[in-house]
Amino acid sequence: MASPPEPDETLVPPAPEPDAVPVAAPAESDAAPVAPPPDSDAAPVAPPLASRRAKRREQPLAIRIAHWCNVLFLTLMAGSGLQILSAYPSLGPQGGQYSWYPFQGIPPPKWLTIGGWLAGGRRWHFAIAWFFILNGLFYLGYQFASGEWRRRFFLPRRDAINGIRPLAYYARLRKNPPAPDFYTGLQRLAYNSAVLFGIVMVLSGLAIYKPVQLHFLTALFGGYDIARVVHLAGLCLLVMFVATHLMLVALHPREIVKMVTGGHRD
Amino acid sequence: MTKLVSRRKFLTGATALSLLAGCESRPAGAFLNLMRGWNERVEGLLFSPNRVAPELPESAATDEEDFPVYFISTAMPQAPANWSLKVGGLVDHPMVLTLDELHAMPSTEMRVRHHCVEGWSAVAAWRGVRLSEVARRVGIDPRVRYVEFRSFDAGYWSGWDLASAMHPQTLLAYGMNDHPLTAEHGAPLRLYSAVKLGYKNVKYLTEVNFLPNKVGGYWEDQGYEWFGGV
Repeated sequence: MASPPEPDETLVPPAPEPDAVPVAAPAESDAAPVAPPPDSDAAPVAPPLASRRAKRREQPLAIRIAHWCNVLFLTLMAGSGLQILSAYPSLGPQGGQYSWYPFQGIPPPKWLTIGGWLAGGRRWHFAIAWFFILNGLFYLGYQFASGEWRRRFFLPRRDAINGIRPLAYYARLRKNPPAPDFYTGLQRLAYNSAVLFGIVMVLSGLAIYKPVQLHFLTALFGGYDIARVVHLAGLCLLVMFVATHLMLVALHPREIVKMVTGGHRD
Repeated sequence: MTKLVSRRKFLTGATALSLLAGCESRPAGAFLNLMRGWNERVEGLLFSPNRVAPELPESAATDEEDFPVYFISTAMPQAPANWSLKVGGLVDHPMVLTLDELHAMPSTEMRVRHHCVEGWSAVAAWRGVRLSEVARRVGIDPRVRYVEFRSFDAGYWSGWDLASAMHPQTLLAYGMNDHPLTAEHGAPLRLYSAVKLGYKNVKYLTEVNFLPNKVGGYWEDQGYEWFGGV
C-alpha cells in the first residue's frame, strides 16, 4: 500500500476491508448478541467484537482443511491415474495414434503409480474422484459464502498490473518488490489457474469415463481420444503448478506454517 | 494450538494410511469396496435406456488389422461343429438358435466407437440381432433383472444389468465391417454393445440366460467394475 500509482487508486480496497464494511462497522449493536466465531481457537486478548468479526486469519480454517485434503486427494488421483494410463500408455485411437506425442507406448514409472494394476488403479481413481470434487466444491463454496474470494480471485482490473509488477521484480526489471498485499496478482492468477485445471480435469475425466452417457460433454472436448489428451495435459499442468508452488514455498517457508496455523488475523 | 497439531497428525496419518492402502490393507479395502458399490449405483442411475451412442461414418472406421484382438484361451477359440446359442433362464420359451435362425431375424447395423477399459478406442461396424428382439421372442419373466452371457472361450463370461442388455445398441452380432465375424472377433456370434466397455462384450457366445439375481463375470470377479458402462 506504500505509494500506489494512480491505477491503484481506483482499485477495490485491500481485501479484508470490503467484508468489514457491510458486516461489522455500521451496526455494532447488531453484532452484540453474536457469540465469538466458532474457529476462535487462539484469542489471548479479546479484541473489540466488531473488529473480531471482521478479521479473518490469513488462511482460514476451511481453506487449510481444503488445502491439505487436496494434497492427499490430488496425490491419490495422480498416482491412480498414472496406473490407468499404464494400461494403454499411448494417445490417439488404435491405428491413429498421435505422432506428436513423444511418449507413445512408454508407461509412466511403476513407483509413481497407485493401485498395483489396472483394476486397482480404476478403483482408487473413481473412489477418490468424489472426494476430490466435493473438496473443490467446499473450497469454492466457502470462498463465495465468506467473501474470501475477494482476496483470492484474480480480478483483472485490480490484478493485471499488480501481477506484472512481481514478475518485473523477479526479472530484475524493477528494483522494488511489489507493495505488500494479501496476494500479488501473479499469485492470484497461479492459484486460480490451478482451480481451473482442476475443473478441466473433472470435466475431461467425466468425458472419458462416460463417453456415451455424457457424449455431449465428450463431443465438447473434440471426442473421446482428445478428451483423454486433455486429461493427461491437465495432469501435466497441475504437476507444473505443484512444482512451482513447492519451489516458492521452499523460498518462503513461513507460508507453510501459515497454511497449518492459519497465520495472524489481519 | 493442540487442536491444530492433532489435525496435522490426523492428516499425516491419513496420508500414511492411504499409501499403505496401496498394498491392500484392510481399512482401505473396505473403503474401496464401499466406493465401488456407490459408483455401481451411480453408473446404473446415469445409464439412460434411450441415450444412444453417436453412429460414425465409414471414414471413421479403424483398419481391421489395427483393431485389437483379445481372448483368454491359449489359442484362438474355434467354434464347435454344431454350434448353437442357448437362450434360457426365467423365460417362457427357452430357445436354441442356430446361426441361420439368427440371420432370419430382423438385423441391425451400427458403426460406433469401441471403448476398452485400458483406455483405447477403435471404430467398427457391427451387424446382428438386437438382444431385445430375442428377449421378446423368448418372453422374459417380470422378475428378470440381469442377463448372463457365456462363451466357449475357456469359460469367459459376463453378467449384465437388464436395462443395458435391452438397449437398442446391444446386439448379438454375427457381422463386422461388411463381412461375417472372424474368429479373431468372436465368430460365430458375439455380444456387442455401444453402451459397455469392451470386456463386457462377450465373444464366442454359447448361452444367454435371463436371471432374477445378479451374477459376476470373468474380469468382474477379479476386481473390474461390474457395471462397466460408458
